[in-house]
Amino acid sequence: MNTPLRRIGMAMMVMIVLLLGNATWVQVVNADKWRLDPHNKRVLLDEYARKRGLITVADGTVIADVKETTDRLRYLRVYNSGPAYAPVTGYLSVTYGTAGLERAENDLLNGSDDRLFARRVSALITGRDPVGGNVQLTLQPKIQQVAYDQLTSKGFTGSVVAIKPDTGEVLAMVSTPSYDPNLLASHDADEQAAAWKQLNAKDANDPLLNRATQALYPAGSTLKVVVAAAALADGKNKDTQYTAAGTIKLPNTQTDLPNFNGTPCGPGQTVSMETALAKSCNTAFGEMAGQLGANKLRRQAEKFGFNDPGLQVPMPVETSTLGQIEDDAALYQTGIGQRNVQITPLENAVIAATIANGGKRMKPYLVSKILGPDLKSIDDTEPDNVEDAMSSANASALRDMMIQSETNTGGEGRQQGLQIASKTGTAEHGAKPLENNPHAWYIAFAPAQKPEIAIAVIVEDGGDRGLGATGGKVAAPIGRAVINAYMAGR
Amino acid sequence: MGSPAPAGEGSPVASVATNTSPGLRPPTRRGTELVMLSFAAGLVTLALILVELNQERSLSLRIVYLGLAYLGLFACAHLAVRRWAPYADPAILPCVALLNGLGLVMIHRIDLALEGVKYLDGSTWSPVAFKQVIMTAIGLLLFAATLKFLSDHRTLARFGYTFGLAGLVALLLPGVLPGFIAPTINGAKIWLRVGQFSIQPGEFAKILLMVFFAAFLVSKRDLFTTAGRRFLGMDLPRARDLGPLFAAWGVTVAVMVLQKDLGSSLLFFGIVLVLLYVATERAAWVVLGVGLFSGGAIIAWRLFDHVQDRVANWQDPIARYDVEFGGGYQISQSLFGLATGGIGGAGLGAGRPEMIPEANSDFITAVIGEELGFIGLAAVLLIYMVFALRGLRSAISVRDSFGKLLGGGLAFAVCFQVFIVVGGVTKLIPMTGITAPFLSYGGSSLLANYILVALLLRISAAARAPQRAPKPKPQQPAIADQHTVMVERPK
Repeated sequence: MNTPLRRIGMAMMVMIVLLLGNATWVQVVNADKWRLDPHNKRVLLDEYARKRGLITVADGTVIADVKETTDRLRYLRVYNSGPAYAPVTGYLSVTYGTAGLERAENDLLNGSDDRLFARRVSALITGRDPVGGNVQLTLQPKIQQVAYDQLTSKGFTGSVVAIKPDTGEVLAMVSTPSYDPNLLASHDADEQAAAWKQLNAKDANDPLLNRATQALYPAGSTLKVVVAAAALADGKNKDTQYTAAGTIKLPNTQTDLPNFNGTPCGPGQTVSMETALAKSCNTAFGEMAGQLGANKLRRQAEKFGFNDPGLQVPMPVETSTLGQIEDDAALYQTGIGQRNVQITPLENAVIAATIANGGKRMKPYLVSKILGPDLKSIDDTEPDNVEDAMSSANASALRDMMIQSETNTGGEGRQQGLQIASKTGTAEHGAKPLENNPHAWYIAFAPAQKPEIAIAVIVEDGGDRGLGATGGKVAAPIGRAVINAYMAGR
Repeated sequence: MGSPAPAGEGSPVASVATNTSPGLRPPTRRGTELVMLSFAAGLVTLALILVELNQERSLSLRIVYLGLAYLGLFACAHLAVRRWAPYADPAILPCVALLNGLGLVMIHRIDLALEGVKYLDGSTWSPVAFKQVIMTAIGLLLFAATLKFLSDHRTLARFGYTFGLAGLVALLLPGVLPGFIAPTINGAKIWLRVGQFSIQPGEFAKILLMVFFAAFLVSKRDLFTTAGRRFLGMDLPRARDLGPLFAAWGVTVAVMVLQKDLGSSLLFFGIVLVLLYVATERAAWVVLGVGLFSGGAIIAWRLFDHVQDRVANWQDPIARYDVEFGGGYQISQSLFGLATGGIGGAGLGAGRPEMIPEANSDFITAVIGEELGFIGLAAVLLIYMVFALRGLRSAISVRDSFGKLLGGGLAFAVCFQVFIVVGGVTKLIPMTGITAPFLSYGGSSLLANYILVALLLRISAAARAPQRAPKPKPQQPAIADQHTVMVERPK
């Protein structure tokens, strides 16, 4: 009987070897197939079990904190002043994933970023739990709060972006209506689901959308600074004359291109570029765009940052474009920022900042520093001069024209002793522009002679002024309040 | 390594060992066993400490007490072996101790993870680790009792038919009894419930039937080895000798149909085949048996939904992930856990094995694979292999046919059961739902397996013990002392 028993022994060893081989296949060779399967929640849960990094603003105030809990997910994400910062921080939700910086800097915050490698290894050896890195932002809490209060106190839907012109640091980024990310970060699945349902309801007006980077609007008259920049680059100057007519026909059509209220731009047949910009005359800028042609206009726009699909701050930013320009009629309309022009509030702030910075365009950024779990700096963001969009002489000329424009602009909030350079816009949109309340724009920088802040403000659908809304009446007061808050705090 | 003469055996060398020089007793190796048991206890305590640290984030003296209690339990088992089976194999009990201890730690670990979890019907998870500790104690009592009262395994052969009948009844009882006493749990009808207690008679039937088959085959061995016709190089058995095989096949199919217990029927049939093969030394039995089983399995697959479900889940678990009953969720979770654990594992108490349904019973090896990684799972498999090979070693060296057959069958049963369950959770074969010996939560399985270990130790003790001094042999003729003389062949 011993021979068959020995064979049974062989068979038993074969069985164990088969099991070992198959375990190797499942756990080692083919492990990624199962590990990365979307049904596998273990990886996500592991991230929760790790102490996630903090997000702080410029003065060190923590806006995204973690709190240790006794439940299964161990660490709870806590957002301080949640709604004011939600468009920037985004949210971290077990069920609904991540958004905003929580998504863009996820690897760093959860500790898996390569820059944290050495610390991970040491955590492994010392047996401590690995922790995520911290992210310090460029946002200035005071003006972020002022900007948020300005928009929400009147119930406006819109966005404010403020940039430091000489570095590209984003000083404020607000989008309203906002939301409380704490609800989505909740460890209570029902609370999460209820919040998610409410935020995505039809009448909720897209609170999860970060309008500053993700929403595209017609630029309206704010685009006139780009057209003027193109004309200056083309050899024109502030005194170059353009038509002063109250209404002109678009080339090869019977369609009117009127000024605001059809008012002529000046007493004579023509007006200077300076006056046309100050009074925001559509006819003059239509003609100016027509003279420049689509190519020059496009090139200038690109120098200001249009058509840059790769821009990340570090969240990806929607691409601003002039859109298709089919014919001269379209070119005229593009010249006043209508037709197919689409721009994000961030890009509009970049335009203002570029002019303020003597024509040098700086890449906008939100993350100033990356700190290790021990709060030692791992990586500092260096300001990046992407492109010279204008010569400094032309930038000065344009600035002077924008100072005139500010003088011509209505609305409250002006402060003695602070010179602002600005441009307003009242952008028509929708299928029936005359029945839809226009978007109100305001781009500006101050102090005009030595700019420290550039901003873009948009208030959707006329804010509280309905069809009669203009950039000057609705958006400009908000912009000035933000600028004043910043200058006061310096 | 070996320790000197065991305590309790007073008389000095009274017998002559067969394999050692006259006048010396073979080492009992009980000291080796004790050292290995202590090592196992140390490992288990370490595992418990890690689980507590990772799950509770605190340590208390409780752990030391638990570790000591565990060491105490197995020290008692060790003393029982010393007393009643001093020559038993020294590696088997430590293997069992390590597996059982690791199982207890993992069951406790799942308890911690599921603490306070509310189920849809409003009930909450009730911890089971303590119950399993009690079961371990009872199991070790049974183990010691078996060693004490069964001083010679050959006694069992005399009750072969009684055991066979009892085993058959136990195996089929849950299948035929009405639902209030034999409820269907998770699709299988293999439990008997009396008040608070529920037992799985099939676990005990496995051993009873093995005893029966071993006894039966030994007594009828000559019949089976009588050659039938030769066919394709194999000696086919005679048709009339096929009876037992067909009987076993019938019982297997009955278990599959009545109780929907695929794992047990596969295990049972495998054991019968191996016993037949070892008894007759005929490969033809194996070929015939595998053919019969394959045929039965294919028919079952055609006829029964639950068999089709298992096969479909095996082919593509993700595709059936959301199927509500009998879907691929469980096996998917097992694979997720194993893959997430990877080579080194998530760490004891640091994974998410509680996401696998039945994590503490049928899928406990997946829990080990997730938290201890491939390394840990491989170690557990190798412990099983050591256990089974030591058992087989005993079967090979024991002198009587019944012992050889029973020992071989018991060793194979454990190994084959491991193959079925680990193969199932790692998607090597379709999942058939069976416990992992010594690891899984479940009293019946544990008690039955402790009896199995006692039987193996009894057989191994018989194999290694010095033989009683034979009757004095008649004086050898003087010629035997003479040197052989080479005589040249005449040319």
